Amino acid sequence: MDLTLHVWRQETSSASGSFQTYKAAGVSDSMSFLDMLDLVNERITRDGGDPIAFEHDCREGICGSCGMVINGIAHGPHKMTTACQLHMRSFSDGDEIWIEPWRAKAFPVLKDLVVERAAFDRIIQAGGYISVRTGSAPDANAIAVPKPDADLAFDAAACIGCGACVAACPNASAMLFTAAKAAHLSYVPQGQTERLGRAAAMVMTHDEEGFGNCTNHGACQEVCPKGISVNYISRLNRDLLKATLTGISVG
Amino acid sequence: MQLDAKIPSGPIAEKWTRHQFDMKLVNPANKRKYKVIVVGTGLAGGAAAATMGELGYNVEAFTFHDSPRRAHSIAAQGGINAAKNYQGDGDSVYRLFYDTVKGGDFRSREANVHRLAELSLNIIDQAVAQGVPFAREYGGLLANRSFGGAQVSRTFYARGQTGQQLLLGAYQALERQIAAGTVTMHNRAEMLDLIVVDGRARGIVTRHMVTGKIEAHMADAVMLGTGGYSNVFFLSTNAMGCNVTSAWRAHKRGAGFANPCFTQIHPTCIPQSGEYQSKLTLMSESLRNDGRIWVPAKAGDTRPAAQIPEAERDYYLERIYPSFGNLSPRDIASRRAKEMVDAGHGIGPMRNGVFLDFADAIERLGRDVVSERYGNLFEMYAKITGENPYEVPMRIYPAPHYTMGGLWVDYNLETTVPGLFSIGEANFSDHGANRLGASALMQGLADGYFIAPLTVGNYLAAAPREPMDAEHPAAQAVVREVEETQARLLGIQGSRTVDSIHMELGRIMWDHCGMARNAEGLRKALEEIPRLRQEFWENVRVPGSAATLNQSLEKAGRVADFLEFAETMCHDALTRDESCGGHFREEHVTEDGEARRDDENFAHAAVWEFRGVGEAPIRHQEPLTFDHVPLSQRSYK
Ligand SMILES: Cc1cc2nc3c(=O)[nH]c(=O)nc-3n(C[C@H](O)[C@H](O)[C@H](O)COP(=O)(O)OP(=O)(O)OC[C@H]3O[C@@H](n4cnc5c(N)ncnc54)[C@H](O)[C@@H]3O)c2cc1C
Ligand code: SF4
Ligand code: FES
Repeated sequence: MDLTLHVWRQETSSASGSFQTYKAAGVSDSMSFLDMLDLVNERITRDGGDPIAFEHDCREGICGSCGMVINGIAHGPHKMTTACQLHMRSFSDGDEIWIEPWRAKAFPVLKDLVVERAAFDRIIQAGGYISVRTGSAPDANAIAVPKPDADLAFDAAACIGCGACVAACPNASAMLFTAAKAAHLSYVPQGQTERLGRAAAMVMTHDEEGFGNCTNHGACQEVCPKGISVNYISRLNRDLLKATLTGISVG
Repeated sequence: MQLDAKIPSGPIAEKWTRHQFDMKLVNPANKRKYKVIVVGTGLAGGAAAATMGELGYNVEAFTFHDSPRRAHSIAAQGGINAAKNYQGDGDSVYRLFYDTVKGGDFRSREANVHRLAELSLNIIDQAVAQGVPFAREYGGLLANRSFGGAQVSRTFYARGQTGQQLLLGAYQALERQIAAGTVTMHNRAEMLDLIVVDGRARGIVTRHMVTGKIEAHMADAVMLGTGGYSNVFFLSTNAMGCNVTSAWRAHKRGAGFANPCFTQIHPTCIPQSGEYQSKLTLMSESLRNDGRIWVPAKAGDTRPAAQIPEAERDYYLERIYPSFGNLSPRDIASRRAKEMVDAGHGIGPMRNGVFLDFADAIERLGRDVVSERYGNLFEMYAKITGENPYEVPMRIYPAPHYTMGGLWVDYNLETTVPGLFSIGEANFSDHGANRLGASALMQGLADGYFIAPLTVGNYLAAAPREPMDAEHPAAQAVVREVEETQARLLGIQGSRTVDSIHMELGRIMWDHCGMARNAEGLRKALEEIPRLRQEFWENVRVPGSAATLNQSLEKAGRVADFLEFAETMCHDALTRDESCGGHFREEHVTEDGEARRDDENFAHAAVWEFRGVGEAPIRHQEPLTFDHVPLSQRSYK
């Protein structure tokens, strides 16, 4: 199939960007969306141009590197699918495709479709862990974890840190990402001791990083490739309230 | 080149305990004064950096990713082994040790492997304490499954995302240390060379991938946890960024490279679907627990699976290996698949696969159980191929997956360059000529959490401490070399893209140094690689500039190193004139078509010394002795 791409090109963070149009000819059904971009980049390079920069690594929907808004939807038209797992059989000959980076104050564009998501790491630094020193752990089976809790913890832990939730949110809030990690750790017994302090610290950093407030829009859940549920945001908010009521502050 | 493995004395089960006692300790008050560089923050590097930070060292960690959470470890699906014997099915540290030595086809070091089996217990404890959501049974205790050739259930898993969950555990521990100020994290910083001063590793040179800035970073010790080199084949299951650069650069600065030809081809990947594919996708081999592998018994049979009656199917693994069947080790399962396809039994549009069929499992266990076990893998398969594996059998074919070879290290994980350590897949590790499933995560974490932090401490306690800054002439000389190489790459402005040359290299390696090798093919590869390398340096086109985010330049640097490394890999494959594990020399086969080892001449690790680009490297040997696991021909029949 032959497609027309309109791709956001921006040289650096400070440069202003614009859409450029490219032809993608001879694209096959079995190609992934990123294979298709590779093909276009090969041609741009051979023609002496500067290939489109986009982030990617595993190409298996697990590393969270890739991410782009495709025809207005973060990660493109398929639910529960990262851009790298989107395949060209979802498109038809003659289609026009608009491709842009995540847009959010907390995710500055570095080049073209590449954005800086280090703010996510800083949210984790604020408390997205269980404090356990290497070598100090008790036997793994010393504490039984009810299977339903373990399953819920896993569902929340499946977040790949891609940032689609932020890109889709009208407020550019990262509460789905933040809540997923807080929820994961709150469903296991090992995570209880630090639970309320963690909630308070992670949300405080979330706000400081310039992510917007959550107004229960739900757009995040729609685009999340891992199906992270907005229910975790309510859970985080309850923990946050408890933290405030019990006077747990972030030091 | 001196190869002293430094294996501690004493009975095998006590070596590590004794060694821990014998190692020197750094005074806690002094730890902060020692700077340690950790390159790579995957499972191995992330765990090491976090633990070294926790111990009080001054750690600087580097990754080319935008965050440590993206390391390729994230993609591991199937699970991690540990000799917990929670299932009471007869497992033990000794059994895991035994299986690993035997599975590695007697080309690993017994003492290291035993330590790995011992530490497997601690890893699971550590991960659970971090909140890693491993699969559990209804009673709330940890669940296990059997995996890739093991006859006990010792594999811990988190659905099909074990690597992700373990990496996030290590990543979170690392972020905690970053917040505590013990670790300084450098994201988007690619190591392009090693700095050696007075015979010791003293630093690295990096390029910042957004600003293009080339910098020297100095330290008292350097650790490389930079992963494996399967991407020398271009098409592999590894993430796109996986590379050999840091290990190769270290090699060029004096670190011996061991067994580069020991690569693992994974039996269950989705077959290539077209010319323009950039990578192959692995389907976890846990699928082989319930899926049955078959091909049409008649060559050239193009009927859809459903129309091929039972009697006209060849369940060849079950037929040839009645006791292991579909769970035969990776190298065997891969080779047999290749034989079937080569003999005309291949299936699928390109006739380049074999079936992995779940019909029986669905009938026996029900769709729900199958979905609970493999749901996410089935979804992934359906997304990629557009076919529904609940209804039609999956199509699979082997693909390059893991590299057992790597930087040679002694028992302390120190390379032949004093002060340079290597951990995880980047070292030549504990897997010999073939790695068992679910053992790489185990090794990376054992190295990172439990071994290197102590052995590096032991090195630091004894090493002369001479502070050194980045202005040191030796450091600046390396900086200049790196800058010159970049300028050269950007200056060629030829007509070929980096990918087109990488793809061509991949084809040479797959054809001649892939699943089956022979002397003639390897000699041919040794002629073709230098020619391609020359083509690269004369005719590659790297667009853009050095001072900006430039993904083509990043790739070009990595491919340039692959083009040198590939030659050493072929030398290794050619001189190892035997078959063993994943190294299958067509000249050395038993009557049944299995690999024929030559223990008399090759019970050693081959360790290469660099002499110059295009010059034949020197081959050294570390003899291997087997006092506990008697040398025997593997038999999985
Ligand atoms: C698809 C797949 C599935 C797998 N499944 C399993 C499984 O089920 N069980 C199992 O045990 N094993 C499995 N493996 C193998 C296992 O995942 C890897 O061997 C292991 O995770 C490697 O960990 P590592 O820390 O050594 O390297 P990696 O995780 O690859 O980390 C390398 C790190 O080094 C950095 N780096 C590399 N080069 C540079 C440089 N020049 N400068 C700066 N930074 C650099 C990277 O950014 C990264 O942080 C699987 C592998 C694949 C490909
Ligand atoms: S919550 Fe979903 S969309 Fe947001 S970062 Fe995690 S995986 Fe991506
Ligand atoms: S490239 Fe890893 S999730 Fe898309």
